[in-house]
Amino acid sequence: MKHFTLAAGALLASVAFTTVAQAQTTLSMWYHGAGNEGEAKVLNQIITDFNASQADWKVELQSFPQAAYNDSVTAGALAGNLPDILDVDGPIMPNWAWAGYMQPLQIDEAKIAGFLPGPKGYWGGKLYSIGLWDAAVALVTRQSILDELKLRTPTLDQPWTGEEFMAALDAAKASGKYEFPLDLGMAWTGEWYPYAFSPLLQSFGGDIVDRTTYKTAEGTLNGEAAVKFGDWWQGLFKNGYAQATQDPADRDGGFAAGKYAFSWNGNWAALGALAAFDDTVFLPAPDFGAGAKIGAASWQFGISAKSAHPDGASKFIEFALQDKYLADFANTTGLIPATKTAAAMTENYKDGGPLAVFYGMTEANALVRPVSPGYVVQAKVFEKALADIANGAAVADTLDAAVDEINADIEKNGGYGH
Amino acid sequence: MASKFLKSNRTGWLMAGPAAALIGCFVILPFVFAIILSFTNQRLVSPNAAEFTGLANYRQLLGMATLTLDPVKDEAGVVKLAADGTPEYPAVRSFTRNNPDHPDLAGMREWFSFDHGDSRTFILARDVVFMQALLNTFIFVLVVAPLQGGLALGLALLINQRLRGINLFRAIYFMPVVVSIVVVSLLWRFIYDGQSGLLNNLLGAISFGAMPKVDWLGNPNTALGAIILMSVWQAVGFHMVIWLSGLQTISPTLYEAGAIEGASKWQTFRYITWPGLRNTAVLVLIVITMQAFALFAQIDVMTGGGPLDSTQTIVFQAVERGYGKQDISGGSTISVILFVIVLSISMIQRWLTRERT
Repeated sequence: MKHFTLAAGALLASVAFTTVAQAQTTLSMWYHGAGNEGEAKVLNQIITDFNASQADWKVELQSFPQAAYNDSVTAGALAGNLPDILDVDGPIMPNWAWAGYMQPLQIDEAKIAGFLPGPKGYWGGKLYSIGLWDAAVALVTRQSILDELKLRTPTLDQPWTGEEFMAALDAAKASGKYEFPLDLGMAWTGEWYPYAFSPLLQSFGGDIVDRTTYKTAEGTLNGEAAVKFGDWWQGLFKNGYAQATQDPADRDGGFAAGKYAFSWNGNWAALGALAAFDDTVFLPAPDFGAGAKIGAASWQFGISAKSAHPDGASKFIEFALQDKYLADFANTTGLIPATKTAAAMTENYKDGGPLAVFYGMTEANALVRPVSPGYVVQAKVFEKALADIANGAAVADTLDAAVDEINADIEKNGGYGH
Repeated sequence: MASKFLKSNRTGWLMAGPAAALIGCFVILPFVFAIILSFTNQRLVSPNAAEFTGLANYRQLLGMATLTLDPVKDEAGVVKLAADGTPEYPAVRSFTRNNPDHPDLAGMREWFSFDHGDSRTFILARDVVFMQALLNTFIFVLVVAPLQGGLALGLALLINQRLRGINLFRAIYFMPVVVSIVVVSLLWRFIYDGQSGLLNNLLGAISFGAMPKVDWLGNPNTALGAIILMSVWQAVGFHMVIWLSGLQTISPTLYEAGAIEGASKWQTFRYITWPGLRNTAVLVLIVITMQAFALFAQIDVMTGGGPLDSTQTIVFQAVERGYGKQDISGGSTISVILFVIVLSISMIQRWLTRERT
């Protein structure tokens, strides 16, 4: 009995203490970056600064490993247990917003006027998520390779055409110095396929789904342009320009080891490529007819639908959007800061910085993946279609089958709310 | 009034309670759910309420049709030949897509075809990937069950001897079983690597470079075989131990009697060991069959079902659809189909291996 009173007394005291000491409401937050020390440090700094900057809210962070994050959110949503603030991968956001996991942000749009388009997550005309950074893909090679193969250096204004790109691959192949002229990153199965390769399809004039209605893929994923893309894609592997199955170790170190002349890779790998060769250059995506395109949108912050304090959560997200934090993240992760002013504050992305070229690419060529709740399924279908075509499947039939599967899924979901 | 069965068994119920509750919660309940969900269009992530759709999921998975076509003829009535010299046939997709004359074939794909006489019959399936997954799983089971069971028995006979250091061999054979299948799969991915894999290097070395490098997991002709081989190796130790326990229940007096009668090694095995292993054999066969039908981790880690669907399996497709494509009802339907298949095969095996009186 005595024991009990003691414990109860302590409990009472602690409750009284917390209410007196801090009249702050706790906001829970989930983040996908568990195990990444650099990211955690920056995020913790933002949270500490925010908690100290005002007296109403207190953010508490819980981190998950990236591989288990989406499943955790789904499980949390089914159990009615989502936090106030969560982060979400850009192309997944419409799926979660449509499913009722998220609510629109209460953020003054003027505050994000200077942001790159990729980090801004809109669904149904409303801003649901906002990112502090973006990612971009470039054709990585060396100036010495360009000189030796006598190739024109493409620019954002004048990218390589499809013919110039193939001529470059031919020249690299003819030199006989490389195992394969092109490293596409086939070892990175999963989201890399739609992220890195669907812009190539879009550059041919096709797309994963018809973006005017989002109700069908007929004609966009199996139309003339898409079949042309598919033939070209299959030719890359059939004619020995690239390998359909790749050792992950070759993806990570193959370019540095001189196995490939060109590598289609993201800005997160750019510092490594620069460290390998002094004369590494990052070329913009080729233009296959409908404009040069690269993917956009990375991880972003949003508010769960069940949050009782969307005002406080919005305040925190708005607080995190300061240039200094954008710059901190960019410096730690190597990703592209979402604003030009933040870019100017970083070592890599300031004018003349080694990675500044990526900022220009994402500004000029970025196209977000289809903004639809059905993207989650469409990405999987697209990935399988591309892998099958690379392995020699009939192009038109494979694309037809992909269209059928995407359309059946859209129908099964009542049009996904479009 | 509590029945005598419940009352007098109170202690028994108490002891069985925790296990029964857990099994009910995590095995029986999800299974009942799966059956119910397979008749709906339930999604993993969706604001739309699930609707009862009857057998639509089953029709979508198992729907098949045939289409017999005559070769394309030119105006003179001569059969046109394709580039490889075989008769050219109209494209199947012109019948299965946007063709108002064949509404029943809409959305189907060619699974395989065969020639007879002057025409060719195409077997169409509504879900070719699932058909391929069924076929691959059956091939896997048919090869793995006898191979793994036989190999395990051989190993068990080898290590069932009184030799110095026999425990070392037992440990070596058993080791792959203890290692996580995901780790084993990752390791074998390196072994099978098309460029610098251990297997390619080994074959190259013993053939003095004559053997060309094979991309074992990247080639549709070798991928399933590579996974079969690795799976047999991985689990053979487990079944070896079961055989071993069976071997050690056989009374030594039988062997002594056999030796006195002058039985040869083969006779000893055929008339003493094998009859003594009857029940063990049934167990091993059924366990291997059930485990083989559940093939998933190797596929998920090593090939993801590719290349060209050559390693799709039933369970991989269930997970891929249920979670990857957020189609819980589709995944549930596959699980129910798998359950029916495994149950029927186990019952057939039970019947074939029954005690004949």
